[in-house]
Amino acid sequence: MLSYLIRRILMLVPVFLAVSVIIFGILHFIPGDPVDNLLKVGSSPGARAEMEARYGLDRPLPVQYGLWLGKVLQGDLGTAIVARRPVADLIAQALPHSLRLGGLALLFSTVMGVGLGIVAALNRDRWPDRLVMGGVLLGSTLPSFWLGLILMLVFSVWLGWFPVSGARNAAALVLPVLTIGLGGTALVARITRVSMIEAAGRDFVTLLHAKGLSPLRIQLLHVLRHALIPVVTILALRIGWILGGAVTVEVVFARAGLGTLLIKSLGQHDYPVVQACLLMLAMAVMLGTLLGDILQAMMDARVRAAME
Amino acid sequence: MTALLQVTDLSVAIGALRLLDGVSLSVERGQILGLVGESGSGKSLTATAAMGLLPLIGGRVTGGAVYFDGRDLARMSEAERRGLRGRRIGFVTQNPMTALDPVQRVGEQIDVVSRLHLGLSKAAARARTVDLMTQLRIPEAAAVAEAWPHQLSGGMKQRIVIAMALAGEPDLIIADEPTTALDVTVQAQIIQILGGLVRERGMGLLLITHDMGVVAQVCDRVAVLYAGRLAEDGAVGPIFAAPAHPYTAALIGCIPQDGMAPGSLRGIPGVVPSARAFPSGCRFHPRCARATPDCAAQVPPLAPRGAAGAGRAACLHMLPEAG
Repeated sequence: MLSYLIRRILMLVPVFLAVSVIIFGILHFIPGDPVDNLLKVGSSPGARAEMEARYGLDRPLPVQYGLWLGKVLQGDLGTAIVARRPVADLIAQALPHSLRLGGLALLFSTVMGVGLGIVAALNRDRWPDRLVMGGVLLGSTLPSFWLGLILMLVFSVWLGWFPVSGARNAAALVLPVLTIGLGGTALVARITRVSMIEAAGRDFVTLLHAKGLSPLRIQLLHVLRHALIPVVTILALRIGWILGGAVTVEVVFARAGLGTLLIKSLGQHDYPVVQACLLMLAMAVMLGTLLGDILQAMMDARVRAAME
Repeated sequence: MTALLQVTDLSVAIGALRLLDGVSLSVERGQILGLVGESGSGKSLTATAAMGLLPLIGGRVTGGAVYFDGRDLARMSEAERRGLRGRRIGFVTQNPMTALDPVQRVGEQIDVVSRLHLGLSKAAARARTVDLMTQLRIPEAAAVAEAWPHQLSGGMKQRIVIAMALAGEPDLIIADEPTTALDVTVQAQIIQILGGLVRERGMGLLLITHDMGVVAQVCDRVAVLYAGRLAEDGAVGPIFAAPAHPYTAALIGCIPQDGMAPGSLRGIPGVVPSARAFPSGCRFHPRCARATPDCAAQVPPLAPRGAAGAGRAACLHMLPEAG
């Protein structure tokens, strides 16, 4: 298990490098640069060259990349060009907001999704199942930014239950969490349901009935136990996805967070900040994948055996 | 004395398909009944019905009844039936490879039966489990109990399944082709162990198999099923000496013998008909060498076979008694 873990972590290194190249590369191919934002209109070419030299933007791209990566590996994310503050400070300010939002959304979609999935599976092809599956279809097809606006319209503007935007109190979290969490709920409910139905048809379940165990015990202790293996994997994969998905939702609800920081910096071509934000999101995806594999191994002895 | 398991005139359907048609059989305490037939004859369905588990596969009893120890399963509550399963009726499945929960240690899967039905503590249940595993000739049973199913061979897994069936101290074991999925070398061993334990403990055993050789080896009585109907039943000795039904004779002809000339092992031409299109009259007639036109017209009744007394056969033209 330990050697597997080490191997699995080492495998992340090339992925990390590839991701960093892509992040760095794409950003520099976007037309425009941060210097435009800093220079006064009508500045001389000399002033521009001086500004570029100050931020190292005059050097060849590969050199810039090498310098950036070297610093990142030492934990130095650089200084924001436009905001003129250490990028680490900006991230440290934004990240807790995003983690709170993403974490709650993940918790919400896990609890609701697994619960609804169980209800649907136990009532297969009866009305509770149809109801849940109808909701799943709706929940998985609505784009989150649109859903966010609709929720805002209904619950904030019409009903006045929650604040329209901001992050001042807990109530302000409800709508953003719902907006991100509903899509995940739909996904988790669908996978829980289908895995439970699949597991319930397995041979060993027949034998559990033959042993005289109660149907509820069989469903919850054995069938659900099996069904949760893929569900947990999917949930872990969603960690990165949810942080990424929070980007648009944060903007819709005008909340502080990684997403808002990212969008703002993108508009200003503030390379170091954008690079750091994207790197954070990519790391979240990578760590989520790793966590998914570890959890799967913890839940299934066969997976552990396959690793040896 | 009432039979331990009494199936009377049982008919079972799944959807519109009538898969079992008036099957009767009984198992006494201390007796091994072999239920024989090709795939698709309704053997497993009979076992499922006897376990009261038909709803699990969408089946329903359309006629007749199953009595366990004199009590009609259909008149019991589901909770009562559940109380029988694992406690008084042990079940051994066909495929040990898929019969165990892959994410639970095998010992725990046995423990749960005696904890649930006999109310044993965790420690007492485990002691009992290890004891049972040892009786099933599993070496280092205490260590094997901590293993995961995927770490065991097919033969070992089947012993675990048998231990599960025995853990509730049942009166009856229903074993549905317990050796079909195993290596030939292990098959004989498993049958021997199972037969031996049943005899030792005076339990009844309903042994479902398609192997007449196994029947000859361990069973007291045999019931032959063909296309959802009983073809012949009776004590093993007389039936093997002189089968009355041509199908039984054909099945016996399928057992390889010592010193057989190459190529002389017979099969049965044709296949078991589908339940969607059972033939009229005697369902075996399209495959029967002795069939006459009346075989297609008339359903043969179960009649006493020959003068031997024990046993019945459903054939209009029973084979003459040998010797």
